[in-house]
Amino acid sequence: MVEFLQFTLSGISFGMIYAAIALSLVLIWRGTRLLNFAQGGMAMFTTYIALEVIRHTGSYWAGFAVALAAGVVLGAVAELAVIRPTLGKPELNAVIITIGLLILLEGLAGIMYGGQFRSFPAAFSVTGLKAGSTPLGISRADVFVAVAVLAAALLLAVGFRYTSAGLRMRAAAFNATVARLSGIRVARVITVGWALAGLLGALAGVLVSPSTFLYPNSMDSVFVLGFTAAVIGGLDSPAGAVVGGLLLGLALSYAGGYLGSQGSDLTALVTLGILVVVLMFRPDGIFAGARVRRV
Amino acid sequence: MSTRSTPRVLGAALAAAVVVAVLSIKLSTFRDYQIAEIAIEVTAVAGLTVLTGLSGQISLGNGAFMFVGAYTTALLMMHLASWPFIAVLVAAAAVTAAAGAVVGMAAARLHGPYLAGATLLLSVALPALANAYPGTFGGDQGLNVVFTTPGFLGVNFPLTRWQAWVCSAVALVTLVLLANLSRSRVGRNWRAVRDDEVAAALAGVNVARARVLAFVVSATCAGLAGALLAVVTELVAPGAFTITLSIALLTAAVIGGLGTLPGAVWGSLVIVLVPTYATDVATSHGLSTSVASNIPIAAYGVVLIFVMLTFPQGIQGGVRWLLGLVSISPARTRPVASGPDATPPAGQAPASQRGAPLARRTDPPESHEKEETL
Repeated sequence: MVEFLQFTLSGISFGMIYAAIALSLVLIWRGTRLLNFAQGGMAMFTTYIALEVIRHTGSYWAGFAVALAAGVVLGAVAELAVIRPTLGKPELNAVIITIGLLILLEGLAGIMYGGQFRSFPAAFSVTGLKAGSTPLGISRADVFVAVAVLAAALLLAVGFRYTSAGLRMRAAAFNATVARLSGIRVARVITVGWALAGLLGALAGVLVSPSTFLYPNSMDSVFVLGFTAAVIGGLDSPAGAVVGGLLLGLALSYAGGYLGSQGSDLTALVTLGILVVVLMFRPDGIFAGARVRRV
Repeated sequence: MSTRSTPRVLGAALAAAVVVAVLSIKLSTFRDYQIAEIAIEVTAVAGLTVLTGLSGQISLGNGAFMFVGAYTTALLMMHLASWPFIAVLVAAAAVTAAAGAVVGMAAARLHGPYLAGATLLLSVALPALANAYPGTFGGDQGLNVVFTTPGFLGVNFPLTRWQAWVCSAVALVTLVLLANLSRSRVGRNWRAVRDDEVAAALAGVNVARARVLAFVVSATCAGLAGALLAVVTELVAPGAFTITLSIALLTAAVIGGLGTLPGAVWGSLVIVLVPTYATDVATSHGLSTSVASNIPIAAYGVVLIFVMLTFPQGIQGGVRWLLGLVSISPARTRPVASGPDATPPAGQAPASQRGAPLARRTDPPESHEKEETL
């Protein structure tokens, strides 16, 4: 029973990281109908920036803040510089451009920082928490991970629901043409969407790097899992992204915990199994709306 | 039209075969290896460009099919050493075709990013099998493959040249078969399904079967490429079949010009030669290893972005524009001469993955011919 509790808690902590990546993909998907393969690469790059800042200032929080700011800038710049020119071109072109961006960022990180694994500090102590004398299997840092992503998700939800900027974003995602006709500058809204996605990705990068180390490809597997979480939840649904991330985090935690060493080899197979089962019943994700097909 | 073009396709293939043979004799061993590498890439990318460009299904999982082909080849050559290589090749193709049928059936309901996600995960998950069952698949170390030149070529014939020949032959045969297939009824059905599933179904096309068949064809090509990779590298290990491989295949298909077979060749040339060339430049300038090994990666990323921004229709689109056949911008997605896909423009399926079809201009007749003959 204690084991189960431990696996659940650590599953939630990892799941929230996948949820953050998934959420950033959903933000971009809703605005541009595009899958941003560079999301993980952008997160990796901003985490390197954070590491530099932490080394020079000695303050974790300075690095944390700079990483998030860099994420916002990187997201907006990427959209303005290379994504906007592909508007109206075949959809796969933009996808290939994000792949090019990912490769470029990984190459740049390798040139600037080398390929070696670097450790990244955690925000809080990583010693395991205890309830009385039972170890809970998670640390203060893990709690911070879950709380930070949850806070970001809630802020986004509140922003979308109650601010006029949020209303504009929802309108642009719902129907770009109508939104444009009613005076919304859809292009600017899309840039803001990319900036917010960059922020979420940067958050995920800073939060996951203490447990994965940091190297140019370090976010690849996190990206794949975040992408899977977004697909499971349904790419149009922010709530689906969070649920998908949690589901995946829990499933992988149980698989790794109960299947022993075999489990870690089979992580990808377990993920594939979950995805296949979900898509078999819900081909557009759990939180897909009614499917519209014009005939 | 189809019968008229077959001799032309065969002629082009023969000319290419002669060029490859001459090149492989004139150039160094390392270039032989590159020729083989490009031929392998062409085989896999051609299958993918047919899947994504003609039937409209995206796949980030063709690396997984290469994995299946490569391990089938390695296991067969290890346990049934008496089999001639051609039989091994056919067996590998058959096994991958079966795998493609299974995946295609599971994927037939999925669209766009959902299909991309499922196939991407397949290409991550399948190579993990090799680690999970080290007894059969050799674990991380992989399996060794013994491949030798046949006796009739004499003892002094370099192995790399033979490998380049074998790979190029398979690539050319694949290209000829795919060119014919795409001009046949099967190819027309794929285009119809891609452009409008509902209209295709109303016109009597079995949509599900067309989609699964496209997956089978594409998987078979990837399986052949995997088999070739096994005998060229003489080792199959899970480390060779990363997501990077699957992503590179799609990249090559789109960069070259999605749905066109010459585009598959251009794309393969780019993804094999650009990194090698950039490495040569970087090392010859005496840069430190960490910089020199990463400059090609960064340069490759820049090339991808640049080509996509400059030639929205891929390199083949750029080539055709240079030859004055088409104007560069409009997305040409629909063939003219085939019956089933004569759909009114109002019936666009919103979930389809092609580019702006409504912005199409009328092209000169030559360009239709080009499109039709791939």
